[in-house]
Amino acid sequence: MPIVSASQPGIATDYASAAASSRPAEAYLRVEEVGKQFGTFVALRRVNLEVATGEFVTFLGPSGCGKTTLLRGIAGLDPPTTGRILQEGRDITHLPPAERDFGIVFQSYALFPNLTVNANVAYGLRGTAWPRARVRERVVELLGIVGLGDQGAKYPAQLSGGQQQRVALARALANEPGLLLLDEPLSALDAIVRQHLRQEIRSLQQRLGVTTVMVTHDQEEAMGVSDRIVVMSNGRIEQIGTPAQVYDTPATRFVAGFIGHSSRFEAVVDSPSGMVVAAGQRLHAAAAQSLLYGARITCYIRPEHVRLDRREAAPPGALPAVVTGLEFLGSVCRISLEAGPLRLLAAVAPAELAALEAAPGIALAATLPPERVMVFPDDV
Amino acid sequence: MSDAVLAGAAPRPCLSVDQRVMRWGLWLALAFLLCFLALPLGTLLLRAFETPQGGFAGFENFRIYATTPALLAAAWNSLWTGAVTAVIVVPLAFAYAYALTRACLPAKPLFRAVMMLPLLAPSLLPALALIYLFGNQGMLRGLLMGGSIYGPTGIVTAQVFYCFPSAALILSVALATADARLYEAAAALRASRLRIFWTVTLPGARYGLVSAGVVVFTLVVTDFGIPKVIGGQFPVLATDVYKQVVGLQNFNMGAVVGLVLLLPAVLAFLLDRWASRQRTATMSGRAVPLRPTPRAARDRPLLVFCVLVAALLVGIVGVAAWGSLVRFWPYNLSLTLDHYDFSRFDAAGWQAVWLSVRMAALAAVIGTVVVFVVAYVLDRGPQQGPLPAIGRFAAAIPLAVPGLVLGLAYVLFFNHPANPLGFLYGTLAILVLNSVVHFYTVGHLTAVTAIRQLDPEFESVGASLRVPVWVTFGRVTVPMCLPAILEIAVYMFVNAMTTVSAVIFLYGPDTKPASVAMVHMDEAGQASAAAAMGVVILSITITAKLGQLALGALLGRATQAWRR
Repeated sequence: MPIVSASQPGIATDYASAAASSRPAEAYLRVEEVGKQFGTFVALRRVNLEVATGEFVTFLGPSGCGKTTLLRGIAGLDPPTTGRILQEGRDITHLPPAERDFGIVFQSYALFPNLTVNANVAYGLRGTAWPRARVRERVVELLGIVGLGDQGAKYPAQLSGGQQQRVALARALANEPGLLLLDEPLSALDAIVRQHLRQEIRSLQQRLGVTTVMVTHDQEEAMGVSDRIVVMSNGRIEQIGTPAQVYDTPATRFVAGFIGHSSRFEAVVDSPSGMVVAAGQRLHAAAAQSLLYGARITCYIRPEHVRLDRREAAPPGALPAVVTGLEFLGSVCRISLEAGPLRLLAAVAPAELAALEAAPGIALAATLPPERVMVFPDDV
Repeated sequence: MSDAVLAGAAPRPCLSVDQRVMRWGLWLALAFLLCFLALPLGTLLLRAFETPQGGFAGFENFRIYATTPALLAAAWNSLWTGAVTAVIVVPLAFAYAYALTRACLPAKPLFRAVMMLPLLAPSLLPALALIYLFGNQGMLRGLLMGGSIYGPTGIVTAQVFYCFPSAALILSVALATADARLYEAAAALRASRLRIFWTVTLPGARYGLVSAGVVVFTLVVTDFGIPKVIGGQFPVLATDVYKQVVGLQNFNMGAVVGLVLLLPAVLAFLLDRWASRQRTATMSGRAVPLRPTPRAARDRPLLVFCVLVAALLVGIVGVAAWGSLVRFWPYNLSLTLDHYDFSRFDAAGWQAVWLSVRMAALAAVIGTVVVFVVAYVLDRGPQQGPLPAIGRFAAAIPLAVPGLVLGLAYVLFFNHPANPLGFLYGTLAILVLNSVVHFYTVGHLTAVTAIRQLDPEFESVGASLRVPVWVTFGRVTVPMCLPAILEIAVYMFVNAMTTVSAVIFLYGPDTKPASVAMVHMDEAGQASAAAAMGVVILSITITAKLGQLALGALLGRATQAWRR
């Protein structure tokens, strides 16, 4: 069962001490106050995180947000400058990689080109614990697991990108590591293979029950496979939560803007409570109820939550909006609208589009459901 | 409280066994470079400020140098012959390299091989051939119309032959990495061919041109063999060092001249480093390689030019080979193998040849191992602290140190009575070590380039699978880099076979290399025997090169499955 813990930047210290008492004992991997500096550049600031046994956690963020740095810190490839990392209660912060218990798959796969697939998978199976016959058995088993049973004698260069990635996965799993680290494992593949392989990785992970941490910049990928997502930006954790949590209730404006699509507009809290004024339009936003009159806020709304009606069928409170563009995306159609100075995005099904008779220049009525408007007070 | 601890105590990086092994490797590499590069050069520097009796001389030696017109004239002579050679060689080499990379010629590999010919023999060989043709008994002496080949004319002509391969090699690399997209864009904008050449081709190769010019200049200024053979009474820096040390036994003045010789070489080296740094910035990884299409108006003149140049290169070596087989040049042109009976001309006889082969083979084996392991440790080892940067700097220095200067530094360092390593002096070991250090940088760069092409995560994967780094090194890195390793070995072998300048101060009575024997036979007036020795060296180096090609092809076939 995933542990829900969101940390706001700035109150990270309070969070750490507050969470200490409620922390479940079985956390497999615990990252405490981890920071990393390269010269004057701060790559990670006081990151706190827990991963439960068997969980699939994804670090998601734009490039340069520190997600790979954090992963490499956990792997011991670039130890952090401050803080602690515990694996099964053992402090591994400054242990060299060879003394840790993990398997890793890199974006480039890093398969040894001069060794066959068999030899690549068997690379870590050495020493007295692995007599030749046992190694052979294990390699066959692993290649079976990743669905490459008949490819063992080939060299990596003779395989497709997706197949190479599976070999890398089999090699990382060979020693039965307690922790599997995936560093952008799918970003070198084309879209169809990527989608297919990510589900395979997920089902393999669930079958083996191996605790997994993946780094990606692709939110669809993160949403599709993770138990929990760690959204990062500028070396900080913005939010930790299930895919539904980060999508539906983003903790910060960064998360609201980064995950999924949304329209964004500035507004001021008005009276009565729950009303806001955005560019002269009065709107209802449930989330603004607790805010003080006159507070400046930024609102986000997802395209699929914007309701469109024909002008003549406008429900009360709807904004008059003019269509400025149409994007046909197959299953949905994305409509750009201008409601006065407000720019909105709406997503509607193609059938609905026909009913609306939407085309550039046509005036429609847009309704923003009050409970769907995400509100973030501006920093003063 | 815990915050203060976190902020205050820098975490102690706990090095793994792998990292400790790499660190030890680094220390050993630095110790090697200290003993055999830094300390000898330091000794040379100190000796320039000493009186012959060992007292402190201050700048007295330099004052004497600056006020001796003969010495100053030599410095000037070196500079201007170097500059003239560069001006002649670079355009020729550019045209040749252009033809090889940007035109459609038949038998390109052959032209490429012929281009390398002068590099495979000691620099003396073209000079000897010129003497056969234009010397006092020269067959074509009349063409000089009363002029003499002994002196600047001979030096520059011989240097043109000797430096041509280096310049052509650099320029063909510079021209080979062209981005086809630029040419397509220029053609789409309807630029004329001449305009494309001026605005795309030349700017793309400009750093290569700088590099080639600088390298040729340095080669000429620091070369010893050619001025020794064909310079006559024309003094240059390189022969001055030799005269001061071997002739006058004036080690301190020798050290001063050595430092003066080091100066242009170091400047040229810095200029070249600057140029190569600019060059890497101009090529992006997404460039599309340019493939030349046939065009007669360009290809035919270039083919004629290449045939001409190749004929000259083969011709000059051929004349030397012919001269070595002729009974008495130019009066009795009947053929004989008499000049190959080296014991008639030099006490060492054929022993010199075998000694050279032994020395070159040892330099190749030891040098390759040292160079490759050090390059690996510098590139993939722990990067904390100043050691890796110092190591990289030290590995780049030998390129800037002329062989003559390094040889002199070795004499002064290892011959010093207080040096515990003094037992090395006059042995084969010192010749081998000197060769390894002298040719270190090119090997190092080759190794680094090869290692950088490997996935940077190989070691990380090994560590995550708990495989020690030396296993990954042996199972993956070395097999992947075999072609580069082979190239380094053959480069070391060929250069150790052909070098004169680095070993002329260092050989002992029982360790005279073939190239030095060649100089001595020429000094004694046995030009034919010297040419014969040159031909023997050339055939050995050609054999080594052919061996490299054959082995490379075999390797290529064996590893075809895992190369894309």
